[in-house]
Amino acid sequence: MELARAALIGPFADMVANPRFLVEVLIGGVAAGLMYSLVALGFVLIFKASGVFNFAQGVMVLFAALTLVGLMERGAPVWLALLLTMAAMVALAFAIERVVLRPLVNQPPIILFMATIGISFFLEGFGEMLWGANVKRLDIGIPDTSFAVHGVLVNRLELTAAITAAVLVTVLAVFFQRTRIGRALRAVADDPAAALSLGVPLKTIWVVVWSVSGLVAIVAGIMWGAKSGVQFSLSLIALKALPVLILGGFTSVPGAVAGGLVIGVGEKLAEVYWGPLVGGAIENWFAYVLALVALLVRPQGLFGERIIERV
Amino acid sequence: MSPAGDPVRVPAGATRPGPAAGPRPEPAARDGPPLLEVDGVSVRFGAVQALSRVSLEIRRGEIVAIIGPNGAGKTTLLNVISGFYHPWEGRIRLEGKDRTRLPAHAVAALGVARTFQNVALFKGMTVLDNIMTGRVLRMRGSFLLEGLYWGPARRQELAHRAFVERLIDFLEIQAVRKTPAGRLPYGLQKRVELARALAAEPTLLLLDEPMAGMNVEEKEDMCRFILDVNDEFGTTIALIEHDMSVVMDISERVAVLDYGRKIADGPPEAVRKDPAVIAAYLGVARD
Repeated sequence: MELARAALIGPFADMVANPRFLVEVLIGGVAAGLMYSLVALGFVLIFKASGVFNFAQGVMVLFAALTLVGLMERGAPVWLALLLTMAAMVALAFAIERVVLRPLVNQPPIILFMATIGISFFLEGFGEMLWGANVKRLDIGIPDTSFAVHGVLVNRLELTAAITAAVLVTVLAVFFQRTRIGRALRAVADDPAAALSLGVPLKTIWVVVWSVSGLVAIVAGIMWGAKSGVQFSLSLIALKALPVLILGGFTSVPGAVAGGLVIGVGEKLAEVYWGPLVGGAIENWFAYVLALVALLVRPQGLFGERIIERV
Repeated sequence: MSPAGDPVRVPAGATRPGPAAGPRPEPAARDGPPLLEVDGVSVRFGAVQALSRVSLEIRRGEIVAIIGPNGAGKTTLLNVISGFYHPWEGRIRLEGKDRTRLPAHAVAALGVARTFQNVALFKGMTVLDNIMTGRVLRMRGSFLLEGLYWGPARRQELAHRAFVERLIDFLEIQAVRKTPAGRLPYGLQKRVELARALAAEPTLLLLDEPMAGMNVEEKEDMCRFILDVNDEFGTTIALIEHDMSVVMDISERVAVLDYGRKIADGPPEAVRKDPAVIAAYLGVARD
């Protein structure tokens, strides 16, 4: 009885008692959620356009951040480092298409998935070889400080990340739905042979998609790197992006955002208000449990496409 | 066919399109260079010789049927023509130019459209979206304007949409416009695939068993559509077909393949009586 009251009533009472704090927690949750979404977005792009689940997405985020910081450490001004990093990610996309995707063109998805695991190992080692294994500071000129809005603390860095993510998502959603290339990308994901017969150049599409995904990885890398430093555990953020994908649907750009928000906010709320009851660390498993429930209840995710086949 | 960039090809009006906007090539005009030349083409998969020195000519505006027993190499021939396979021997010429090494998407850009034996529709998209993707080659556009759906991009999108709607009317699939293609019965899927191929306004249309799995009524409809397409737009059509009555009815010329070789090539009546063809394969034509 005592436990039931503590679990079901106590936290909500706490929320009501201190509404300003609740808003701060919510804002923190939204910001964290949007940062997860940034990483999930890279996955969605590649999956949407080539049906490949890119296990290496997290490492691409890390590699992008490493390259950026590495170049800045060697004295390049920010704009040059950014340009060179973008060029590097596009070059990476070309290399991946040539070396990995093209030889495996008609293989089942699981083979391509394993190939991306290989890419992740390679990129991690390559990044370490190029830029070293030390934790690096990433300074993008936005301090990790907070300012007050109507008595509620808002973190500058999180705000920037949130706005960037929102803009990116909008641009990408429009790109997929409204443009000729977007239409071609959806076709390629559904049936590459048919797309080919309609004049869609597969190799070009794949390079475009992996490049865009690489650019998204740069943005995610900057945000995460600025927040927690550029270190090799950054690639583990991709693991957190998986529940976001499951919740939002693997093929949906808005789904990546919705899933990210649900998980970000849910995590923070659970940790702050229910954490003390179970000794803390809810943040570590909450996302995965939520994903598990989603798989049981609505496997295609909130926004994903339902797979219905005629038998 | 219509000049590139002009999306509206089907004249406005009733369900059946009116007379073609351009002149249909008269039989006499077919004395010009052939639209498609397959010249001594051989295709091998490991030790299996799928095609052996097959030569075929298709003239502008013709309807040619390709028949033969299962495994004769008919689909392989279509794959070679459309650029999905490349022969190790021989040449493919489109409008006189050597196109043997071209990849499939480049061949499509030259005005060749095809359907697939196992229906390669985009199962997750609606019928309308499927046919719209057929217009991809005809779409030009500024990325920014398209995204904003403004000005010339909007006009273009509307023009493409109008064209696709007329195609839908022409092929009488209005009822399933918004159905995801994966949920349609097989016969309708074949029709949607035909619509998608037609959306590209092809010069050469390659159909791989377009009437497989259809009943008599559906086959009659498909025959009518194919004849209309050839009649109204002058589209050259090559089709693989097993139903002999269909072949006799709609084709002007029949090529017969057997074990990767061409064993006959001529008007349907002549091929029907050819002893080599009868020996290899010929079903009974139902009259």
